[in-house]
Amino acid sequence: MTASPSLVARTGSLFHRYANPGRFLRLAARLQPWLTGLALLFTFAGLGWGLFFAPADWQQGDSVRIMYVHVPTAILASSGYAALALCGLLSLVWRHPLADLAAVEIGPVGACITAVCLATGSLWGKPMWGTWWVWDARLTSVLVLFFLYLGHIALIRAFDDPQRGYRAAAILALAGAVDLPIIKFSVQWWNTLHQPDSITLTGAPTMSSSMLWPLGLSMLGISLGFAAIVIARLRAAVMESRVRSLLSNPRRRGDAA
Amino acid sequence: MTHLPYILASYGLFAGLAIALTVNATLRLKTARARLALLERPSSRPPGASSSP
Repeated sequence: MTASPSLVARTGSLFHRYANPGRFLRLAARLQPWLTGLALLFTFAGLGWGLFFAPADWQQGDSVRIMYVHVPTAILASSGYAALALCGLLSLVWRHPLADLAAVEIGPVGACITAVCLATGSLWGKPMWGTWWVWDARLTSVLVLFFLYLGHIALIRAFDDPQRGYRAAAILALAGAVDLPIIKFSVQWWNTLHQPDSITLTGAPTMSSSMLWPLGLSMLGISLGFAAIVIARLRAAVMESRVRSLLSNPRRRGDAA
Repeated sequence: MTHLPYILASYGLFAGLAIALTVNATLRLKTARARLALLERPSSRPPGASSSP
């Protein structure tokens, strides 16, 4: 009688089905044009609508238009780190070969997105709050997220043996994920200057549909753009890894054809 | 339009960063693809290397 495979083993096998670099490259090459095209379409539509056609806010005036960049980047900053933590889990538990490369490539893109989120928040804060920055719980926890990204980028490249860097960075990514619920609930747990969420999963949105539609479009477009850039970088990383492997072992060149 | 410099700075920053990331990813992908194609060309095989493992 054979024992049934454990849940961990079955989940690992599911993930490993998509871990083959050749299979990934073929799938990613097919997805790339669609992701890029849809990202451009939705981003231009959303940001163009938000910038030129959406109404100004009765309190904030036209500075509310910064929201169409700030909110998608804020959501992506957290989602990108969640993806980094997932890569860390896949790397530590299942030794997924693509998870480490994905973590290397997601880090810099996530850090850039978080920097845009902080900068656009600051550009909104100056005319609205009268200051570029306050040590508010939401702002501070997002700044911590930015430093976590920077730490991850530095740590994953810090060792001569890449495997050691991958392990250390995976642990940092998993430990740093504790910041994500703090960011999400900071406006409820503490009395913050930052406004509470206008869109929640459980309640009706607290903004007009004339603002919600362009926001939804720009959110979709920017998220697809993030995915397109990460996939392009990951494809390049897989190919670069293959090039390094061929150069270090010329006998394998014959197998590659 | 009120607060125009702040709005333009926000959109400009986002556009600049998106363009920089896209150009970087495209160039990396192009270079990696060209190098891999060069190495995997049959003529780049070392003499005596067979195509079977």
